[in-house]
Amino acid sequence: MPEQSIEMQLSSALTDGRSQGISDEISNVVFTLDDLRVFYGDYQAIRGVSLTIAKNEITAFIGPSGCGKSTLLRSFNRMNDLIPGARVEGLLAYHGTDVYGPDVDPIEVRRRIGMVFQKPNVFPKSIYDNVAYGPRVNHIKGNMDDLVEECLTKAALWDEVKDDLKKSAYALSGGQQQRLVIARCIAVRPEVILMDEPCASLDPIATSKIEELMRQLAVEYTIVIVTHNMQQAARVSDRTAFFTAELDEAGVRHGRLIEYGPTRQIFSAPQDKRTEDYISGRFG
Amino acid sequence: MSRPQIAVSAAGGLGSLQQTRSRVGEKLIRAVLVAAAAVSILTTFGIVISVVVPTIEFFSEVSVTDFLFGTVWTPLFADGQFGVLPLVTGTLVITAIAVVVALPLGLGAAVYLSEYASDRSRRVLKPTLELLAGIPTVVFGFFALEFVTQMLLVRIFPDIDIFNALSAGLVMGVMIIPTIASLSEDAMAAVPSGLRDGSYALGSTKRQTAMKVVIPAALSGIVAAFVLGISRAIGETMIVTIAAGLEPNLSLNPLQGMQTMTSYIAAAGSGDLSTGSIEYKSIFAVGFLLFVMTFLMNMVSIRLVRRYRQAYQ
Amino acid sequence: MTAQSLVVATAPLDLAGSGQPLKDRAFRWMLFAALTVGVVTLAVLIAYVTIKGWPRLNSTLWTNMPSIRRPERAGAQSAITGTLWVISFTAIFALPTGILAALYLEEFARPNSRFQRLVEINIQNLAAVPSIVYGILGLAVFARALALGQSVITAALTLSLLILPIIIISTREALRAVPRNIRDGSLALGATEWQTASRQTLPAAIPGIATGVILSLSRAVGEAAPLLLLGAVTFITFNPTGPLSGYTTLPIQIFNWTKDSREEFQILASATIVLLLVLLLVMNFVAIWIRNRTQKRW
Repeated sequence: MPEQSIEMQLSSALTDGRSQGISDEISNVVFTLDDLRVFYGDYQAIRGVSLTIAKNEITAFIGPSGCGKSTLLRSFNRMNDLIPGARVEGLLAYHGTDVYGPDVDPIEVRRRIGMVFQKPNVFPKSIYDNVAYGPRVNHIKGNMDDLVEECLTKAALWDEVKDDLKKSAYALSGGQQQRLVIARCIAVRPEVILMDEPCASLDPIATSKIEELMRQLAVEYTIVIVTHNMQQAARVSDRTAFFTAELDEAGVRHGRLIEYGPTRQIFSAPQDKRTEDYISGRFG
Repeated sequence: MSRPQIAVSAAGGLGSLQQTRSRVGEKLIRAVLVAAAAVSILTTFGIVISVVVPTIEFFSEVSVTDFLFGTVWTPLFADGQFGVLPLVTGTLVITAIAVVVALPLGLGAAVYLSEYASDRSRRVLKPTLELLAGIPTVVFGFFALEFVTQMLLVRIFPDIDIFNALSAGLVMGVMIIPTIASLSEDAMAAVPSGLRDGSYALGSTKRQTAMKVVIPAALSGIVAAFVLGISRAIGETMIVTIAAGLEPNLSLNPLQGMQTMTSYIAAAGSGDLSTGSIEYKSIFAVGFLLFVMTFLMNMVSIRLVRRYRQAYQ
Repeated sequence: MTAQSLVVATAPLDLAGSGQPLKDRAFRWMLFAALTVGVVTLAVLIAYVTIKGWPRLNSTLWTNMPSIRRPERAGAQSAITGTLWVISFTAIFALPTGILAALYLEEFARPNSRFQRLVEINIQNLAAVPSIVYGILGLAVFARALALGQSVITAALTLSLLILPIIIISTREALRAVPRNIRDGSLALGATEWQTASRQTLPAAIPGIATGVILSLSRAVGEAAPLLLLGAVTFITFNPTGPLSGYTTLPIQIFNWTKDSREEFQILASATIVLLLVLLLVMNFVAIWIRNRTQKRW
């Protein structure tokens, strides 16, 4: 019974979803990963991952906890550099440029590739200053008031906060804070937005607002989202990558990519038994 | 799933991720920050050099054995003698008195705070005890001389010297209670509660648990606290300068006045000694001995703290 | 029958206990007594100096200058102004250095790099070096080698090195209390390390830093031993006129009066001690107030 209901929910999510017209082939590539491996010291967190990520699509990374999907996401904008001992091997190319190449500046990478975190990490500043922070540190010229309004509008937050721009961002609700973080992120005009379980700490209503927002943003941005919530992946994403954690010969757990394809295909006709078990709730 | 086609360009084009601004300021700031952090290392170097150089000169005039094992300290006499033992024994006698006071009281306070006090009473008691650590030592010195000696000790020991080791030691002991209590309590707080639960499950009382489980488990931290407390006592200057007198005295009688290493440095250093004189250099020789003694104890204490942190993390 | 015998068998089992054994209660009382000795001593000390200094706790204490011949009219004005001068310069030297060093260690240095470990163990050790040894450093380096003499600036430089480890340690704790995800949020927007540190981490840590800084300055206010070697004991009856001027401070003035056995000077010393303790108490209260007012925003 519960299995069936999960499947039914998923299939209705797929019907609502946006992955109907997605083909197997990716023509406009933003990221190319080839045998990408992430290490923490001697420990290999992720075994070689190879996939491509398409422009103006929403790509979801799903899988059980500890499968390395967040770790993988954080290597896209070199946030793993900040963790002592973290190291990336293999290729991660952004429009054909190796993100870990010798001439590459991680700060430039992070400006192009924005990130939204699990917990809404607004700064202890006003709403206005939260949005204006990125442009200021990146020395972006222009009318800041207009930019703040534009970004808050795009993040579907303007109408709720336009009279309180000088108020502390801490006064906002969790869902509003997360939309503020999204507004803050697009204010530096990135091409890509990485989202690490952006709804993990939100209630269902706030979650559906964020999901709606993601679909609108996908017109302009390329989005990669990590989520625990399979229905969310089915509802919002065009393509889905399924990861899991498996023991290797030596008994060490590593995250690895099992299956990657259009979301519709992953959820309705998974090729791999492990994917099928996971999405039908039989996992673990 | 076919493997993706890979054509990686060096740089340029849409995917150019090269640095767009030079950020010289960033490097400059980093250099300033490193310099600020290096000040502490320079301080250590400064201390070592400023103490060692005159000490070497001192030992060209006074032999090391005469200094370390001589029993007469009369640096200001025309034919001065530089046997440091009277200063060392003075220091050790006063430190011993302080330790006898502070060890049981500090440890007792720590056990009470860690094992018995409720959260609420700990929040009041701990800062109150730590107020003691904020009292200037010159105030403790005044208190030792004016109150402890002249109002208490003279009544108990009628033939006590006005300047004596006992009152300096007693007050110094009270002064280092917070040092010992606070560090010991940290160590006890780090003992996993599972160990306590295990002891209670066997029917032990709180006292048995504290004495037989918590204190042994926190021992390296407690020893670190003791060592640091002793180091504080050896290095303390004002209390001994004011209350223990300035007479070098090779004696173990706490009712007499004694000069310590620190009070010699303070007394000789506050006079206007000419830079090249042997008296001036003797300040540094005694300072060197003091620095080495406290440095060794501090290192032991730091090591011990590190050990218990590693054990319970 | 079996049921009955069971009842009989359990009857002697008494789980109510016999109350805490005497030994345990005595132990608890001993511990509490250990704790109170320090607190009681503190109370006696404060009561003693207040009662003894009471006759001189009036405005002449801060309007008049010290005097050897006329203790009944002597005051501590030069010591008060001297303390303010010395502490102001100490803050000017120690605050930026200490805060920047802490920023480096906490935000920039590679964790567990050799330099970081070296600085760290060095700071721990410096924090426990006897203050008189800093006096020796100040005497050899600032007073004589740099020829700054027995001046406000020599005292301030020496005291700033003395409190530097305390400032660094407390600033690092305040920085560490700022959540990691604030830094991540800033860096993810393309901010540099310095932008993140100066615009996010440091402002968020300011209340904690302020608390640590005030407490360390209060340590410097009460410090006397190193200043004994740096000329503060000279009889000073004037207010400092500049950084190179001669000076005395409250603890040194107390020390000088304590050395004089005339009763009037003991009373004067007590009154000045009360003044010094009030100053320190105010500083401590401000520090605690800042800490409580801004506690836990995240």
